[in-house]
Amino acid sequence: MTTQLDEPRGSARPKTRWQRILIYSVLIIFAFFYLMPVYVLLVTSMKGFAEVSLYRMWHLPSGLHFDSFSKAWFGSVEEGFRGLNVNFMNSVYLTIPATILSAMIGSINGYILAKWKFRGSNVLFLLLLFGMFIPYQSILIPLVQTLQKINIFGVRLYGSIPGLILTHVIYGIPITTLIFRNYYANVPTELVEAARIDGANIFGVYRHVLFPLSMPGFVVVMIWQFTSIWNDFLFAVTITSNPATQPITVGLNNLAGSYIVEWNVQMAGALIAALPTLLVYIFLGRYFMRGLLAGSLKG
Amino acid sequence: MRRLTWERVVSILLLTPSVIAIAIFVYGFIGWTAYVSLTKWDQLLPDFTLVGLRNYQKLFANQRFRIDLRNTVVFTALFLISCLVIGLVLAILLDRRIRGEGLFRSIYLFPMSISFIVTGVVWRWLLNPGSAELGSTGINSLFDSLGLGFLKTGWYTDPKIGIIAVVIAATWQMSGYTMALYLAGLRGIPDELREAARVDGATEWQILRHIILPLLQPITLSAVIILGHISLKIYDLVVAMTGPGIGFSCDVPAYFMWDTTFRGNHFARGASIAIVLLVMVAILIVPYLVYSTRTEAEL
Repeated sequence: MTTQLDEPRGSARPKTRWQRILIYSVLIIFAFFYLMPVYVLLVTSMKGFAEVSLYRMWHLPSGLHFDSFSKAWFGSVEEGFRGLNVNFMNSVYLTIPATILSAMIGSINGYILAKWKFRGSNVLFLLLLFGMFIPYQSILIPLVQTLQKINIFGVRLYGSIPGLILTHVIYGIPITTLIFRNYYANVPTELVEAARIDGANIFGVYRHVLFPLSMPGFVVVMIWQFTSIWNDFLFAVTITSNPATQPITVGLNNLAGSYIVEWNVQMAGALIAALPTLLVYIFLGRYFMRGLLAGSLKG
Repeated sequence: MRRLTWERVVSILLLTPSVIAIAIFVYGFIGWTAYVSLTKWDQLLPDFTLVGLRNYQKLFANQRFRIDLRNTVVFTALFLISCLVIGLVLAILLDRRIRGEGLFRSIYLFPMSISFIVTGVVWRWLLNPGSAELGSTGINSLFDSLGLGFLKTGWYTDPKIGIIAVVIAATWQMSGYTMALYLAGLRGIPDELREAARVDGATEWQILRHIILPLLQPITLSAVIILGHISLKIYDLVVAMTGPGIGFSCDVPAYFMWDTTFRGNHFARGASIAIVLLVMVAILIVPYLVYSTRTEAEL
């Protein structure tokens, strides 16, 4: 699985000066379109309360103020709304274990489906993959009924972070298996056969051949799962109804849906909710791309 | 037929937990939802009396659901067209050895890493039209200051075009993805093809029209399927941005399903909406999945 984006290309450079100006203008205008919400987010959340006005949305702030952030983070007792700090931490406790578990399961499944094919394994793979495209509405009712019934060692699954972790790990199986299967399929079979001749068994091949080569695969899968679990709203809002256990997306939606919360606090909240995945994108963008392309099956 | 060794048994055992999980949580749950859709369950307490297809009959006669289906068609069509056109144009321009290509690419693609909830919250403020008495806000006030006042509209507060406001936000988030798909496709086209055409005296426009675009058709198909199934399932964005809107002008089936099931306790109706959604997605995705896994080498 290579990023084909960075390979050499054969398109001609723009020939005339006018062509060049035209091309760059279009590219820059689109860049403005994509950055516009970011601009509003940044300037709004940095304005002091005195200068926040919807009618001056596009104006620059007079200086750096962080009142909006602290209000979005801690909430306000006087005005009567919760901050996002609890939700943010819930998302952390949800996303990290779910991401790691997903990646481990995907790696094992991918290994078997790529290197230990059996009769019917392709059909099985196809049936697994379908699970990644279904509208989750079609499983929500039984999911809630099931989670309400399960109680492991006193941990209730409905309405709790462990319940959400389980949900994300299970519905993450198709995509993580897909990415790892395609990744391992590119590892030459000769390497596996050489290890077999040296006496390695099914575990040995994984430990000594596939796993040491897996780092990029793990990074791609973990970024993908981190982003989709952090950004998930549907499972979160369905499974957790108590504000104390809700992840950040639900917290933000509640904050933004409340008429007592000023819009600049909502904007600061949106920035807080977006920050972790944005940072991942900024620093690991190349791997993020690979996950995206893998998600379209043909990469 | 290969011999059944202990390693083969182990390989199947390793896959078993995932297979069982998907069998229950995807296929079992879909089956259960389908069953619920045939019952009388219309309040918090389950009632599994079978009523045949009556829920579906009532659903297709339901005014709100009919509006939802129309909204889905409009949303999907506009969303697909705008993502494909913007994605293709940006990819073609970026492919012409642009300085700062990496930066442009990152700017176009970063919205993909953000939650639909964040997008919804921000675009709700950007497309907040303001009022005639107090003045314009958001994009409308930007139009005013650019001398483009004639472009001002009520956005999602206008029942006639409400759904278009959601399309704009969704396009903002997803068009970069189409750009990446097309760019990857462009980079996969061998240089020799273009060189040969140039030697034969073809202009850059002719090369694009007769060589490049036909070769990009498979990418367009992938993009239509990926974006199409996202748009059929669209839910979070509507929740965070508009809600169902005036006269359900922004409502979609996925929203109706959640609303009627978990707020209204009309479980059977919710289940029937979910199954309709699933069928729509399956019609789109199953042929593609089968086709993709058949052409195994490319997967």
